Amino acid sequence: MTAVGSVVPLGAGAVPSARRRRRGRPALVVAAVVLLLVTVVAIAPGLFTDASPTDTDPVNALAAPGGSHWFGTDQIGRDVFTRILYGARTSLLLGLGAIALAVGGGTLLGLTAALGGRVADLVLMRLADILIAMPPVLLALLVIAVLGAGTTNTVLAIAAALIPVYGRLVRAEAMVVRRSGYVEAAVGLGLRRGLLVARHVLPNALGPVLVLATVGFGTALIYASALSFLGLGTRPPAPEWGLMLSEGRDFLQTAWWIGVFPGAAIAVTVIAVNVAGRYAQAHFAGRTTR
Amino acid sequence: MTMPGAADHPLLVVDGLDVTFHPGSGPVRAVRDVSFTLGRGECLALVGESGSGKSVTARTLVGLIGARAAATARRLVFDGRDLSTLTEPQWQAVRGRRIGLVLQDALVSLDPLRTVGAEVAETLRTHRVVDRAEVRGRVLSLLTDVGIPDPRQRARQYPHQLSGGLRQRALIASAIAAGPALLLADEPTTALDVTVQAQVLDLLRRLKHSGMALLLISHDLAVVAGLADTIAVMHSGLIVEQGPTDRVLSSPRHPYTRALLAAAPAMHAKGARLSDAASGQPAAGPDGCPYALRCRLADQRCRDELPAPADAGPGHGALCWYPMAAPEETPHRLSVVETARPPAPRGGLLIEAESISKRFRSPDQTWHHAARDVSFQLRAGEALGLVGESGSGKTTVARIVLGLLEPDEGTVRLAGAPWNGTANGAGASAGAAGQSGGRIRERDRRAYRRRIQAIYQDPMGSFDPRYTVERIIGEAVAGPRRGRDRRVKIIELLDQVGLAANMLQRRPRELSGGQRQRVAIARALAPSPDVIVCDEPVSALDVSIQAQILDLLTALQRGLGVALLFISHDLGVIHHVSDRLLVMKDGRVVETGDVRQVFSQPVHTYTQELLAAIPRPGKAGEAEVGQHATVPP
Amino acid sequence: MRSPLATRRALFSRRGIIQGAAERLLAGTAVMLGAATLAFAALQLVPGDTVAVLLGPTTTASPEIRQQIRTEFGFDQPVPVRYARYVGNLLHGDLGSSYQLQQPVSKLINDQIWPTVQLTVAAVAVAVVIAVVSAVVTAGRRPALRATATAWELVALSTPPHWLGIMLLTVFSFQLRIFPVAGAQSLSSLVLPAVTLALSVAGVLGQVLREGLEAALEQPFVVTARSRGLSQSAVRLRHAFRHAATPLLTLAGWLTGTLLGGTVVIETVFSRPGIGSLTMQAVTSRDLPVVLGVVLLSAFAVVLIFTVVDLLHLVIDPRLRTTEAAL
Repeated sequence: MTAVGSVVPLGAGAVPSARRRRRGRPALVVAAVVLLLVTVVAIAPGLFTDASPTDTDPVNALAAPGGSHWFGTDQIGRDVFTRILYGARTSLLLGLGAIALAVGGGTLLGLTAALGGRVADLVLMRLADILIAMPPVLLALLVIAVLGAGTTNTVLAIAAALIPVYGRLVRAEAMVVRRSGYVEAAVGLGLRRGLLVARHVLPNALGPVLVLATVGFGTALIYASALSFLGLGTRPPAPEWGLMLSEGRDFLQTAWWIGVFPGAAIAVTVIAVNVAGRYAQAHFAGRTTR
Repeated sequence: MTMPGAADHPLLVVDGLDVTFHPGSGPVRAVRDVSFTLGRGECLALVGESGSGKSVTARTLVGLIGARAAATARRLVFDGRDLSTLTEPQWQAVRGRRIGLVLQDALVSLDPLRTVGAEVAETLRTHRVVDRAEVRGRVLSLLTDVGIPDPRQRARQYPHQLSGGLRQRALIASAIAAGPALLLADEPTTALDVTVQAQVLDLLRRLKHSGMALLLISHDLAVVAGLADTIAVMHSGLIVEQGPTDRVLSSPRHPYTRALLAAAPAMHAKGARLSDAASGQPAAGPDGCPYALRCRLADQRCRDELPAPADAGPGHGALCWYPMAAPEETPHRLSVVETARPPAPRGGLLIEAESISKRFRSPDQTWHHAARDVSFQLRAGEALGLVGESGSGKTTVARIVLGLLEPDEGTVRLAGAPWNGTANGAGASAGAAGQSGGRIRERDRRAYRRRIQAIYQDPMGSFDPRYTVERIIGEAVAGPRRGRDRRVKIIELLDQVGLAANMLQRRPRELSGGQRQRVAIARALAPSPDVIVCDEPVSALDVSIQAQILDLLTALQRGLGVALLFISHDLGVIHHVSDRLLVMKDGRVVETGDVRQVFSQPVHTYTQELLAAIPRPGKAGEAEVGQHATVPP
Repeated sequence: MRSPLATRRALFSRRGIIQGAAERLLAGTAVMLGAATLAFAALQLVPGDTVAVLLGPTTTASPEIRQQIRTEFGFDQPVPVRYARYVGNLLHGDLGSSYQLQQPVSKLINDQIWPTVQLTVAAVAVAVVIAVVSAVVTAGRRPALRATATAWELVALSTPPHWLGIMLLTVFSFQLRIFPVAGAQSLSSLVLPAVTLALSVAGVLGQVLREGLEAALEQPFVVTARSRGLSQSAVRLRHAFRHAATPLLTLAGWLTGTLLGGTVVIETVFSRPGIGSLTMQAVTSRDLPVVLGVVLLSAFAVVLIFTVVDLLHLVIDPRLRTTEAAL
């Protein structure tokens, strides 16, 4: 068409939205780099420092961040940077262990409820109702009050607090899949129940749950560090981010760096995990919807 | 392209309208050089398939195309006012007050959280049409005007508490509340049952007679035929043909218009070929005719150059290099490949449904009978149509026949053996039923499942979202479990439904609606079943795609001798496909018989109503509604 | 098919709310009974001598006290009797006794509950205000604005509250000396803890509310409303917000529950008295009756909140007033 006369724009102008989709990608790249780095540090902290996380140096205690001590030293002269590097493993393992247990337990619970008949569903979901009514941190604290403090018990406590949540989630997903057209189509082909569950129900129900578990990993990290912060998880002098944060709490006025840097390590890791989780979620949603 | 306006001072002048969308990937031209005029008390129908740009055109007229679209026009004048210069506040004064908009499906087009009365009152309040104190009274009179009985109570109810027809009337009431001069109706009857659709069209006709201009948008030529003075057929953003309704319907000039007319099953001989699409045409260039890809007449010129408008008489024009001139070349003659089908071969009894009943608990704790005492038989190679409006129980019957839902009472037999329901002992040969406790269990059905397959309205939902086409069909293939043999078999099936082998690795979401339904058909054929149950298999498809799928199903049924239980709300589709017919209403079978007989001499009053309500092009005018269907020779 | 049913349903819609309320209260009671049963089971199932567990690891109690516990808990009685007594006591507000602190749990909680209630209510208020502003202003707007809001919300919900508290303490209390370092005496001592507790919740709520608003703004009824001449903002407030409020309420209810747990950490960071501090002491000294009392009380609060939220749903969304048919 060749425009004859005045060609006038109507309504709102066009937004150059081609950029819109790409804009978020740098965040994903940064998040991926952070996660990779944290993972490497957790596996081999010695690659990044020669210092020991537990060596004390009373002469240099409470040294401010600077050339020889990037993140300063604590009240007994341990290098905060080194301790953060060495603390990565414990901190990540606490979160990872807790979320793995929670998703595993939740999957078992949710699938049993969804596929195990009406009675199992009723019993398990009422149980989940009860546990969900208890705030997760308090539930974790209750488990610790019963089992006692310690690293393993921290993992168990957080997992116990999150299992009902994931149980609900898995059940909901499994129910959606169970009522889906493709399961009906598979029934129509005469597939045996076991084969049907293995081939169609499980993979489709667990996909979204695993994606959500990424975000859940961030939550578990925060819970774990909170329990360590409260003095219920890792015991001193082992380096662990939450524990270091709690040790730094007594020196806020004189040496802020003792607490601030370990806390920042947690925050940065969790942000990276959540950014990655969001992308996974968006990607997955785009794949399954039409 | 320019076409003469209908009146000297038309209410609406659209000249050279272009709308371009800017989504993530490159600009999309949704509307291209669209021009038309509309006078007071007139009705213009924009007809086209999804994505043709008809809705976008309507949205432009109320300034609601969204931030990611840009619209330009040479002239866009409504009631002497230049719409193209309006600011948002000025638009707000026009919307609702001067131009009203009605969308399809009032269940979601009315705010589900607000009462019907509040929704109608919103228009009145926004434009301060009447005093605050009078709003309520005006709402009630508006609801009465659009034919809603007991308006006092209805005004207090929420959209989900009203029937589809009443909801749509309420939506229209909210659009006309401030007395607009122009009403845009975007697929106003699409989600409705055929009898209700006729009533809503009647309401729109009354509005038109009261002097309101009507821009009617529909995918269905038949629906607009009785109402529109002028029809504009849209394809790929272009108006490809425009003219007086009777001219466009009786002597269509554009091949696309002809294809649309040809695709409507209600207008053709039973079993006649509906689709006329050419396949394998080379793609058109960016400046070429967008219909060239599907057009039988297309040549290199069509692919290179957008056609110039061809004049076809007073007020009638088509955008085609080769406007088909010959008026005696009527559309169905053009497309009919085979005439009336031979009488269906009657084989042995495949499905016997004996007085099946099923009831569900309603939300208000009463029982709702989805099927009551339904009995029928389906013989090998036969096509049995099951027709009824929404809620008539046809899907319940389909699920019971498929053995996916257990009836409360009654039995279904598959090839003489108990299949679903109570396995009453008399004459029950050893077959599918293990006869445990009188009920047939899934375990007993499993081995026989492959003899009966299904095709659904929503094929996407019936595919595992992780599967490729190869795995979807492969899971259903009888015989070779894996390896080359299996793949050969899958390719054979794809070929049977008109898909190429390069589809194997695609995922359902990468396919078009028509392709998905073809994959679903291939899967249904894969186990070589005796019966295929088709539950509204073409309802979600565009007319031309629907035509192709119906052609395919008819051909397969004839070629393979597979029996069909074909369920639809669309009498035209049912008439086209089936040999015998069951009419259902409120869970009961009210009429049954040979299709020709039922269509020509309906016995039950409900069947007569249904047939009378089918909108049909060809005979424009009000006398249309209320006439009986006559099957073309 | 639909209309006769619909008419009938309309007549029952008001009754629908009452019936819904009754159902939900019953469900809430059932959950509480279940929680009490679990608490009772926890007391029975803990490894080792129950009396020793009740006393905690640190106390050395005289045989008289041990005997007193035995009779009080009726360890000489059969389990059903003990269970009935336990539940009966709970109904009277008797949460048992802490033997380490030599006081009834209900009294301990009663003494400490006020600062925690203040903190939680303040945090919920702050979180809702921040979330609503952040979401309503940015939903469906320019990409840059949206991205900024989403980013801050993501950071907010990813930041460990205990670290945030320490940062705020360092800056506002130790460096700038605007707010007190510890305690719960003045209103100004409430500011930092409430903000700390609120921020991550605000991040989650903001995201959910924005998603809800944007989903609602895509619905056809929004086009209908605009086509009546309503302005963008009127559509947001009169139509979209109600739709987005439903998921927001659910989440806000659940998050309020988690805030009760969050107070444990926050009260420790800011050295505030309250249920959280009480819980911490009890967990550290494994004073099980106190921990169970706090958990039961929180569960009770959560169940109450859930019930209120469910009832609000019924008020907002008429479609929920009928229970769905069991197909």
